[in-house]
Amino acid sequence: MSDDAIYFNPPPRSAHTPTAPARPAPAPVEVTIDGRPVSVPTGATLLDACSAAGVETPTLCFASTLTPVNACRVCVVELEGARTLVPACARKAEPGMKVLTDSPRVRLSRKVVLELLGSSVDLSTAPDLLRWQQRYAARPARFGSGAAVATVAQQTKVKVDNALYVRDYGKCVLCYKCVEACGSDAQHTFAIAVAGRGFHAHISTEADVPLPDSACVYCGNCIQVCPTGALMFKTEHDLRAAGRWDPAAQTQTDTICPYCGVGCTLTLTVQDQRIVKVMSPPDAPVTRGNLCIKGRFGTTFVGPEDT
Amino acid sequence: MDLHLGGGAASAEERAAVDAVLGPPTSRWRGGVDLTLAEHFGLSGGNAVRAERHRLLPVLHALQDRLGWLSRGALDYVSLRLDVPPAEVWGVASFYHLLALSPQAPQVAHVCDDIACRLRGAEALCGELERTLGPAGQGSEYTWKRSPCLGLCEAAPAALVLRAGTPATHQALAPTTADELRAALTSTSTSTSTSTSTSTSTSTSTSTSSSPPSSRLDEVRRAVPDAGDPDHLLLARVGRVDPASLADYRAHGGFAGLTRAIALGPEATIAEVITSRLVGRGGAAFPTGKKWQAVAAQPVRERFIVCNADESEPGTFKDRVLCEWDPFALIEGMTSAALATGASLGFIYLRGEYPRAAAHLEAALAAARAGDLLGPDVAGTGHGFELELRRGAGAYICGEETALFNSIEGRRGEPRAKPPFPVEAGLFGRPTVINNVETLASVPLILARGGAAFAAIGTAGSTGPKLFCVSGAVARPGVYEARFGVTLGELIARAGGVPGDRPLRAVLLGGAAGSFVGPEALALPLTLEALRAAGATLGSGVVMVLDDRADLPDLVRRIARFFRDESCGQCVPCRVGTVRQDELLGRLGAGTPLGSVADERALLGELAQAMRDASICGLGQTASAAIESALRLGLLEASP
Ligand SMILES: Cc1cc2nc3c(=O)[nH]c(=O)nc-3n(C[C@H](O)[C@H](O)[C@H](O)COP(=O)(O)O)c2cc1C
Ligand code: SF4
Ligand code: SF4
Ligand code: SF4
Ligand code: FES
Ligand code: FES
Repeated sequence: MSDDAIYFNPPPRSAHTPTAPARPAPAPVEVTIDGRPVSVPTGATLLDACSAAGVETPTLCFASTLTPVNACRVCVVELEGARTLVPACARKAEPGMKVLTDSPRVRLSRKVVLELLGSSVDLSTAPDLLRWQQRYAARPARFGSGAAVATVAQQTKVKVDNALYVRDYGKCVLCYKCVEACGSDAQHTFAIAVAGRGFHAHISTEADVPLPDSACVYCGNCIQVCPTGALMFKTEHDLRAAGRWDPAAQTQTDTICPYCGVGCTLTLTVQDQRIVKVMSPPDAPVTRGNLCIKGRFGTTFVGPEDT
Repeated sequence: MDLHLGGGAASAEERAAVDAVLGPPTSRWRGGVDLTLAEHFGLSGGNAVRAERHRLLPVLHALQDRLGWLSRGALDYVSLRLDVPPAEVWGVASFYHLLALSPQAPQVAHVCDDIACRLRGAEALCGELERTLGPAGQGSEYTWKRSPCLGLCEAAPAALVLRAGTPATHQALAPTTADELRAALTSTSTSTSTSTSTSTSTSTSTSTSSSPPSSRLDEVRRAVPDAGDPDHLLLARVGRVDPASLADYRAHGGFAGLTRAIALGPEATIAEVITSRLVGRGGAAFPTGKKWQAVAAQPVRERFIVCNADESEPGTFKDRVLCEWDPFALIEGMTSAALATGASLGFIYLRGEYPRAAAHLEAALAAARAGDLLGPDVAGTGHGFELELRRGAGAYICGEETALFNSIEGRRGEPRAKPPFPVEAGLFGRPTVINNVETLASVPLILARGGAAFAAIGTAGSTGPKLFCVSGAVARPGVYEARFGVTLGELIARAGGVPGDRPLRAVLLGGAAGSFVGPEALALPLTLEALRAAGATLGSGVVMVLDDRADLPDLVRRIARFFRDESCGQCVPCRVGTVRQDELLGRLGAGTPLGSVADERALLGELAQAMRDASICGLGQTASAAIESALRLGLLEASP
């Protein structure tokens, strides 16, 4: 026997990275957006087609990670041959569809929808909505103001019932996103649902019990998807109340959650050396923007000691 | 998902009410304490429990019927039994106006203050009840509440008294007075559970099977003034047959259609319906044969037949009459549809405010099962078809077909996006035929006489006999059968014309979702094509006649409030738009417009267009139709 150490010689590495056999690309669907032909894969929506054509479409209840509920109707477009306008976010593209995104009918409906929202809901922390209101010259006050006009805010007070986040349903546009995120689209906790009917429809726990008495596990995935700031970190809420919320003084930093092996991406918003909000990019490969209570809220140990 | 229940324990009676629908709790998944063997080895069984979610509304009804309201403990027990999260149970229960989520008196008089009843003093009636019984909704023994149209418009003003207990009882009072209502509420307030009468109407007690034929005909004539007319086709049996007797139905030509359908086979049956050119009577006028054909052609084998008996369009009561007095015709039509399309399960979704129709339908269903016309082997064909009755719980929107599916499935009655259409993905996501009561009741006629004979009735574009619900300022309000093409004036004349020869001011055609027409329309033939050309609609067959005494601004405002109250709240244009529309009419009525009256009208025009264009379903899309037509006709100005 030689004294040479016995070791295993691995075979030389292949020059090729193995790959799965190519899947046939979905058949393209040709549609026309504002007269311009575009091609999108089978299964794509008219919203995808609009994006492919470079047309920005306002959306409120749509999110790439959630099942479309097509409830808000700000994304409506005019489809040739259809009796009514159709929601771009949910309507699948079909060959030969001819779509107008800026016709008088589309502009009118989008404008009125934005006015109706503005006349009933506090949109002060919904910058996208305010921007679209300008784009469509929406004037909510056309429908009146003051006590003569029923608003959602008249019916509700901001709910501060736990240390982590607050719910101000006076800002809620009833986009159903939080319900979907809490339910079968992400968290499967089902702590909240839509209750009531018509103008009195609202997001609620059972019998409107405070969150600590509900099934809520404080994952904050509802805050993640809320488009209007109705659901808000308590840190942000308190800073705003104190007049100290200052986006200009904030930084956003992406990092990996330190708690467990899943490795969710966190986007930390930092103001005055404190983490004031934790979000997660919806296109993050691991959990598509969803976190658990630790990643979402378990960051208070970072930063200067409390004074 | 773990159920998180914090509402406290259900009482023994609440558990009994739930268990009466679901059976006793047999395993831990089903709310019991003992583990079954399978559960010991991995706790399987949750999926089977969750597949029962469609029992949610029946269970909530059982609690409401027995206890008069739904306590949190009771709702938690429902969550546990069906494995539905409590927030979702709450979301569903709070959708329906007939379900009470806080303690409520066991006796409630639901008093209609909708359009037909307003014409006959409903507002004064409510005012008197408020003075004598106190504000709506209050009281511990009994109370009263305002209600949208109860489908008793031929006998306005109408009220429906519901008494919780074992068994729950009901009493329709139409036409009624404050004194009569007060007496009805106070006389039985101490003995609700001993009363066994389940059908009382117009202060005459009726028990369907025992009432002698002559008194039945008298009773029916209150709703169908010319019942017994030999020219009737659709109403031929109404009032003449005992609605609980299969033998009586057969003796009057019943089941000839089904026999023919069995002889023809599925394809030829559908061909016959296509030949008849029958279109849906629920409002949208879609060709029925095409619908059946589309379902029959689906690759998915599990299909459903659904009868839309939610009839809640203000001014509509024809489906109630058919369900109450000729229920076997509906069953025969549905069974024929099932054989033609290969469905083995069907549902009749009846509005919650029709307790007598529910009783008559249940009796007929039981008789049909006993007579082998429903069940595992329908009439010896080897094909199985079962039919279940489901009750709505106070929501007009559940008449929209996809909202109705959600309601049956135990979800909130919110309409779904279309496409996909019901023929592809309807109830439980399966291909579904959904038709109106009158549509389905026309099917036996088509099959028995042949599609061509049916198509020969009426006009080329609108075939067959049609039921009209005539109410308001006529001498004999009620359901009238006519052939398509009858003029509006002829129909009103058949109902006895405007009493006292008063001038006719307008007619509301098609209900709250329809439109007003002026006296010049009396010559208009009532066909789908003629009305479409005139910019009106037949809708559900409402013909509400308004003379010079009608307070039109008040009626129009009530229509606006109807849509405001009945919007499901899902989409912005309708949820907020119906509120803004009502407020706008309020400003016009009060003479305090924002800007000029012309400004307000322009704003209403824009709002109406956005609701029409951008709302999800027909409710929002038509919520301005009647109001705009009233403005066009100048009906909001003081009467001349
Ligand atoms: C708001 C709304 C309410 C409706 N209510 C009813 C109803 O009570 N009864 C009915 O048959 N159809 C109703 N419909 C129409 C149904 O959606 C559907 O078109 C109909 O049941 C199809 O049956 P048919 O083809 O036999 O008419 C309603 C539609 C809408 C938009
Ligand atoms: S924090 Fe999570 S569990 Fe709680 S309501 Fe929001 S999504 Fe649901
Ligand atoms: S709280 Fe936010 S996410 Fe939830 S429905 Fe309202 S606006 Fe949408
Ligand atoms: S139009 Fe009205 S009733 Fe229909 S889905 Fe929208 S909110 Fe609901
Ligand atoms: S984004 Fe399309 S309907 Fe809301
Ligand atoms: S019952 Fe009152 S309007 Fe129909």
